[in-house]
Amino acid sequence: MKKILIVGGGMGGTILANNLARRLTNELKTGKVRITMLSASEKHMYQPGLLYLAVGKITPDELYRDQASLLEPGIEFFVDPVEEFKLDNNQVKTKSGKTFDYDYMAIATGSRMFPEGIPGMVEGAETFYTEDTALKMFKRLQSFEGGKVVITVGVPHKCPMAPLEITFMLHDYFKDRGLADKVQLHYTYPIGRVHSLENVAKWAAPEMDKLGIKYDTFFNIKEVDAKNKILRSEEGVDLKYDLLITIPSHKGMEVVEKNGLGQNGWIPTNRTKLNMEGRDNVFILGDTTNIPISKAGSTAHFEADTLGENLAAIVKMGMPVREYDGKVFCFIECGKDRATYAMFDYKNPPDPKAPTKAVHWFKMAYNKLYWISARGLL
Amino acid sequence: MAEKIIVDGRGSFCPGPLMELIVALKSAQVGDVLEVLSTDKGSANDIPEWLNKVGHEYISTTESDGVWHITLRKAK
Repeated sequence: MKKILIVGGGMGGTILANNLARRLTNELKTGKVRITMLSASEKHMYQPGLLYLAVGKITPDELYRDQASLLEPGIEFFVDPVEEFKLDNNQVKTKSGKTFDYDYMAIATGSRMFPEGIPGMVEGAETFYTEDTALKMFKRLQSFEGGKVVITVGVPHKCPMAPLEITFMLHDYFKDRGLADKVQLHYTYPIGRVHSLENVAKWAAPEMDKLGIKYDTFFNIKEVDAKNKILRSEEGVDLKYDLLITIPSHKGMEVVEKNGLGQNGWIPTNRTKLNMEGRDNVFILGDTTNIPISKAGSTAHFEADTLGENLAAIVKMGMPVREYDGKVFCFIECGKDRATYAMFDYKNPPDPKAPTKAVHWFKMAYNKLYWISARGLL
Repeated sequence: MAEKIIVDGRGSFCPGPLMELIVALKSAQVGDVLEVLSTDKGSANDIPEWLNKVGHEYISTTESDGVWHITLRKAK
């Protein structure tokens, strides 16, 4: 029997498990394969929904489903997070003290925001990367009656479109509240344009000009003086603010760091084969990799598609069948009722089109279709 | 002397080589030498420009087979 162990029940782990279960139906039935998932939570969160929660467009209950309900029959699922990776023995040890063996393992434990890395950030800024912080941000927005709102971006961060999306959505949020003339939005970005994707930046900067949104580039956060409401950059710029919103920097999960699998929680990963560097039977998905591409659900999705196909092929014929090409697809919300998208891979940059209402409504539909996507059907 | 730290940003449109460098500098020590690999020719301009703004030492840029190698030293 081949034992496949999936560590992590987010987008990447869930799609992989379901993909494998469908490709290996007969092997599961006849006991030739076992697929086991270990997760830290019985709930699965639709993380992109947090953006909408922060501006009052959805409620918290819409973010969650029971993880077990998303998994194909035949997948063993345990809420029992891994605490120790024993890669030389092909084993992991979990919080409950159990040991799980594997022939092949996929690690998809994700990432966590790390505002604590910047002095004053936790006290001084609002953010929306957890349910609690998104709700707190919405309450703060609702009581905000005017002033300078600074949106600032840490590195690295999850969801590369979030900085632009929250900026444009805040513009429309304040406009709808009749505060457009009383609020000045001011966006900052770490590199020399308003987005890392050049074609996205070429579109977004004039859009900001049109909407009266100011911006500073080459702005890397040094510290927040929460008492005096000043944001300071490594480049020597001080920005006064009345309300500070941050896209916080991120780290990989603590368990990855504690086990020495990768600096800052990012595991060195082969960018096309997706195996952990130096290990042929350990694979890494999504935010957990150190591959220099977007930390986004979409990345995890396409990686999981590739790995599912490859692992099933390895079980059936002893070898993988294809390589991951770096494919990423990201929607870009450009306000409350228009959106566009960016699709790219290792070789081809994106070419985003002008935002439309149709793409926005497709994104709204995808917010529901996600649960089909997690099941590996879309 | 410590080994050069390689920041492999080849094929990275997003977050891109400069953002990868910014991440790598957070973990590097003052005095460490880093070499960014980039398949984006824009890196040859925007990385030195940023290094100048933030105060790290730019050393050199070379190009070979479509890969730009930008070398620098962490100064603070």
